[in-house]
Amino acid sequence: MSALISMRGVSKSFGSFQALRDINVEVAEGEVVVIIGPSGSGKSTLIRCINLLEQYDAGDIFVDGVRVQNGANLCKVRAEVGMVFQQFNLFPHMTALRNVALAPMRVRGLSKQAAEERAMKLLERVDIKEHAHKYPAQLSGGQQQRVAIARTLALEPKALLFDEPTSALDPEMIGEVLDVMRNLAKTGVTMIVVTHEMGFARQVADRVIFIEAGQIIEENDPGNFFGNPVQARTRAFLEAVLHH
Amino acid sequence: MRIFEVFFNIRVLKDSIHVLLLGLQLTILLGLASIAFGMILGLLVALTRLYAPPFFRRLAVVYIDVMRALPLLVMLVHIYYTLPFINIRLSAFVSATLAIGLVSGAYTAEIFRSGIEAIPQGQFEASKALGLSGWRMMGDVILPQAFKIVIPPLTNNAIAVMKDTALASVVAMPDLLKQATQSQAVHANPSPLIGAALLYLLLLLPAVRLVNVLEGRFSAGRRRTVL
Repeated sequence: MSALISMRGVSKSFGSFQALRDINVEVAEGEVVVIIGPSGSGKSTLIRCINLLEQYDAGDIFVDGVRVQNGANLCKVRAEVGMVFQQFNLFPHMTALRNVALAPMRVRGLSKQAAEERAMKLLERVDIKEHAHKYPAQLSGGQQQRVAIARTLALEPKALLFDEPTSALDPEMIGEVLDVMRNLAKTGVTMIVVTHEMGFARQVADRVIFIEAGQIIEENDPGNFFGNPVQARTRAFLEAVLHH
Repeated sequence: MRIFEVFFNIRVLKDSIHVLLLGLQLTILLGLASIAFGMILGLLVALTRLYAPPFFRRLAVVYIDVMRALPLLVMLVHIYYTLPFINIRLSAFVSATLAIGLVSGAYTAEIFRSGIEAIPQGQFEASKALGLSGWRMMGDVILPQAFKIVIPPLTNNAIAVMKDTALASVVAMPDLLKQATQSQAVHANPSPLIGAALLYLLLLLPAVRLVNVLEGRFSAGRRRTVL
């Protein structure tokens, strides 16, 4: 089975701080991988390398067989990998509908009408159709994040990256966003999710990766990962996050 | 009342109002041309300074620094009086537009740069993650937001440019000030100069007010915007 996303020997430093050390990850099509770890461990940096929002110093990253690197192909690769951000990053000067329709028009060359039809369907899918003509500032955090998810889906990407998608949300809004993500996972979308939501990891992930100090410490299916963690550091981390 | 006789001489004002209005027309035309030229130039220089290869970035910095250091009048005199020695002869209007626009372009570039730099990094990242090209990202996402931020300083700059057009009278362009000084010489009376000053105020006071209103509105709008 060839991987949809593969990272081989990826390393990355910020000055003298080594954020990632020799990372090897293969993600198959349709797989949901959840990455957990303490803050500053390199989780976000890892997925931000996949669409080259961070330049990696060493190693190779391939998305569907194409190496992720600067150059003419970069925009194409990025369009195949959607990203959902912690801070939503919706475009504040556009309505929700326009936020979702923009990339299909500009990147995929759809007509305005076709793009807006697709956008409307996606807004319906994340259950926010009635707010299609509102601006981001008029929406709650949870609603904004759902629009942001619709926006990344609009390009029909091969994989979705989630960078702590619920960390900036008020507690009562976390559920609605996780529900959308849960439904996405069921439809067979390839997902890599950085999160602190252990419940989500346990229920939805096919595989959980624990990362600390820029290194992969342990990876396993959620049952074994949470039930019988092998590494002492994994156990210590789970102790800390599950019993607070 | 001798004061009125000298400074607000109705007969002289009546005689000169026609040429004053002609001058005003040219002043407005020159102002608009210079503003447009300066804006386009400023935007290009700002983008060059921020995103071009290092050599061109440095070039943009040098341009901005030189233009901000060189007096506008010196620039204008060189374009009008020095260039003919290398066989470049430009009309007074073109010379003035070029000089004012080149200098205004440097200030406008700094305004645009500050506007672009005020846009949160997340907006750039979201655009890139969607696969938008650099130009699309600028045109669809960054510049529309940056423009909104810089409308007040841009308007301020436009007012400054309008005022600077008075310097064009030095290269014999029959703008408002030139018409007024000529008229003053003909009538041996300063009333046309007073008239010109009033026309400048009439043109620019509303613009100055507008900047205040805009600053109030946009800062309030920015406070409401949640990202």
